Amino acid sequence: MRVLAALILSLMLAFPAVAVQPDEVLPDPVMEERARDISAGLRCIVCRNESIDESHAELARELRLLVRDRLVQGDSDEEVVAYIVDRYGEYVLLSPPMRGSTIALWLAAPVLLLLGLGLSVVYIRRRAGAPAPTEVALNEDEAARLKEILRE
Amino acid sequence: MIVELGHFALILAFMVAVFQMIVPLIGAHQNRPGWMAVAEPAATTQFLLTAFSFGALTYAFVTSDFSLSLVIANSHTLKPMLYKVTGVWGNHEGSLLLWVLILTLFGACAAWFGGNLPPTLKARVLAVQSSVAAAFFAFILFTSNPFLRVGTPPFDGQDLNPLLQDPGLAFHPPFLYLGYVGLSMAFSFAVAALIEGRVDAAWGRWVRPWTLAAWVFLTIGIGLGSWWAYYELGWGGFWFWDPVENASFMPWLIAAALLHSAIVVEKREALKSWSILLAILAFGFSLIGTFIVRSGVLTSVHAFANDPERGVFILMILGFFMGGALLLFALRAGAMEAKGVFATVSRESGLVVNNLLLAVSTFVVFIGTIWPLIAEMFFDRTLSVGPPFFNAAFTPFVFALAVALPIGAMLPWKRASLGKAVRALVPAMVLALATGLLAWAMFTGHSALAPIGVALSTWLVAGAAVDIWSRTGRGGIGYRLGRLTRLPRADWGKTIAHAGVGITMFGIVTLTGYQVEDIRVAQIGEPYQVGAYEIELVRVDENVRGPNYISTTATVAVREIETGRLVSEMHPERRIYPVAGMPTTEAGINNGFTRDVYVTLGDPQDNGGWAVRTWIKPFANWIWGGTIIMALGGFFSLSDRRYRVAAGAARTTPTEGVPAE
Repeated sequence: MRVLAALILSLMLAFPAVAVQPDEVLPDPVMEERARDISAGLRCIVCRNESIDESHAELARELRLLVRDRLVQGDSDEEVVAYIVDRYGEYVLLSPPMRGSTIALWLAAPVLLLLGLGLSVVYIRRRAGAPAPTEVALNEDEAARLKEILRE
Repeated sequence: MIVELGHFALILAFMVAVFQMIVPLIGAHQNRPGWMAVAEPAATTQFLLTAFSFGALTYAFVTSDFSLSLVIANSHTLKPMLYKVTGVWGNHEGSLLLWVLILTLFGACAAWFGGNLPPTLKARVLAVQSSVAAAFFAFILFTSNPFLRVGTPPFDGQDLNPLLQDPGLAFHPPFLYLGYVGLSMAFSFAVAALIEGRVDAAWGRWVRPWTLAAWVFLTIGIGLGSWWAYYELGWGGFWFWDPVENASFMPWLIAAALLHSAIVVEKREALKSWSILLAILAFGFSLIGTFIVRSGVLTSVHAFANDPERGVFILMILGFFMGGALLLFALRAGAMEAKGVFATVSRESGLVVNNLLLAVSTFVVFIGTIWPLIAEMFFDRTLSVGPPFFNAAFTPFVFALAVALPIGAMLPWKRASLGKAVRALVPAMVLALATGLLAWAMFTGHSALAPIGVALSTWLVAGAAVDIWSRTGRGGIGYRLGRLTRLPRADWGKTIAHAGVGITMFGIVTLTGYQVEDIRVAQIGEPYQVGAYEIELVRVDENVRGPNYISTTATVAVREIETGRLVSEMHPERRIYPVAGMPTTEAGINNGFTRDVYVTLGDPQDNGGWAVRTWIKPFANWIWGGTIIMALGGFFSLSDRRYRVAAGAARTTPTEGVPAE
């Protein structure tokens, strides 16, 4: 399905460039690595659920260059991200920040896990403490049926 | 004429479905054998009518009948025959018809192979299954009719998207649908059992093979989709946490939970109401997936037309079946008392942990997928939830599952000793630790997650081996090897599937942790080094003519640095399809057991040379290899004697006219 999305996007652009062009790469490998990490967390706004690191879109390229430019200027990773968010809104963050209502998103699973853990413990302890069921003997029909099945 | 007959057959099938949904249900309620028995021929009829209808649509595609608007939009006289056939489900209407065809096939299978079901349960199962079919027949006939004619047919069609003309499309959707729709059987069994008010060991045994089959198909379908994306998209990604991917992943996770909890129902008569709930939710997630794919609520760009009317219709179907089933569950679940007693440390408890982790991880995927919608609707925030969130929120659960799995799998039923299981697993633990340390030592400076992942995947595979070996009892090696071949297939299925999980995990962690990437302007005839390989752009041929495209084809030589041996001469391409006006990239991939070399060709540069991206992707094929092994494990388990015995018994039992009491 992802293929289809890429396909439709590529339709809009005459010649898609491969993401991260050689001329974008910074000479300092450590800084380049930081740029790649930051890019992977930023959404390409005109694409569907793609980071700017993997997108072919022109806008993504501009953002990649902007990220690298800020890094060269001496910004920290956080400052670069803040700079981009200031201009494009929190929509660009592929990992929503833990702030306001989004806390619910981040905490939903751990809370559910604890809840489930509690329920499981209650259930297992109840099972462990339950009296063993009295074995119910098979009635005639069931016995005949069982025999038939076992004959196979 | 055939098209009209196909349309008519579809309407007839709809009517049969409505009939089959009502009469057997009343029959089961009032205990009328004749009314119940009617479900069986009805299910067969429904399937045959739908198959005919599907055949008629295929005929229209194969003969390029351009009086059908669907054929105009998705076919072309010059399209190869394979794609004329697969084009039938390469669109919304046709794929829905395939959906109901599979749905009715499962219903018919329940009628054909359900001979050993109690008549009332069977009638109810078939009725519920038919109600789902009826809803989808109505959906097709009223909103997505594939048999619409146009007044003045054109001479030729608009062709199927070139990218979709790929063998991948032939297999990926049918397998996914077999999985999605297969879960409808689990749903029907759950709802029928709720109506019946009885869930026992037999229910677990009946519902498990259907779930297992659906899970196997989903596994294959998801694996195929991932592999297709890997080789087709040109940057070697294999999973993107895309809403549409998540839509198939959620039912997979829930089905995995269900097929484990059904064992507890079958063997120990516990976890009954929980299994029922899982069965309902598994199909619920299938429907949610259908909704996500076809409504376009979450994905603004998608191949299948996004039509609000269709979205609302599916939402209604979803609301009706989930609402109804959950209401029934709330009313009846209390009556299902567990019977089996088990100690705190036991296989049962292990499977509870399995279910807890799988259910919560499904929830992580679910909430992440729909959160943008929630945030926009309730909090007025437009935000994205992408791979970084899922990687951070989902991975811990996978790791927890991986830690617990080999131990849980070793525990005996009822009462177990944790110490004993762990002692048996010491060799696996040592091996896991050793490989983890090796990975850590070999690749210093990478993320700490990768060595942990390597250790855990080794732990999974070695743990599976220890598990199957421990089943052979005590004795000499020869004796135990002999026992190994005579173990029940379910045991083998379990071992194979669990090892498959480890193998897939190994592929994923090594690929993400240790892949080497290189981006550069490559000059022709100037080799450069990437990892342990020497890459040389030998030649670039422009304007190479393909059957329906023009290509810029590069020739790239890959040599091993140490030996200088030529590993591969590959041909990454950039293609333009002039008719569709569409460019595509074809990566050059050299598949290997321990690594893939993956090369894509970029733009020509102003001052000579070409942009070239090269990746060395370690153990890439293990990702899909593990998936296939998982599915294989499912097949083994499915062919276990206890299911074959049940099927055999069905043949010898009179299937009709058996009074209920």
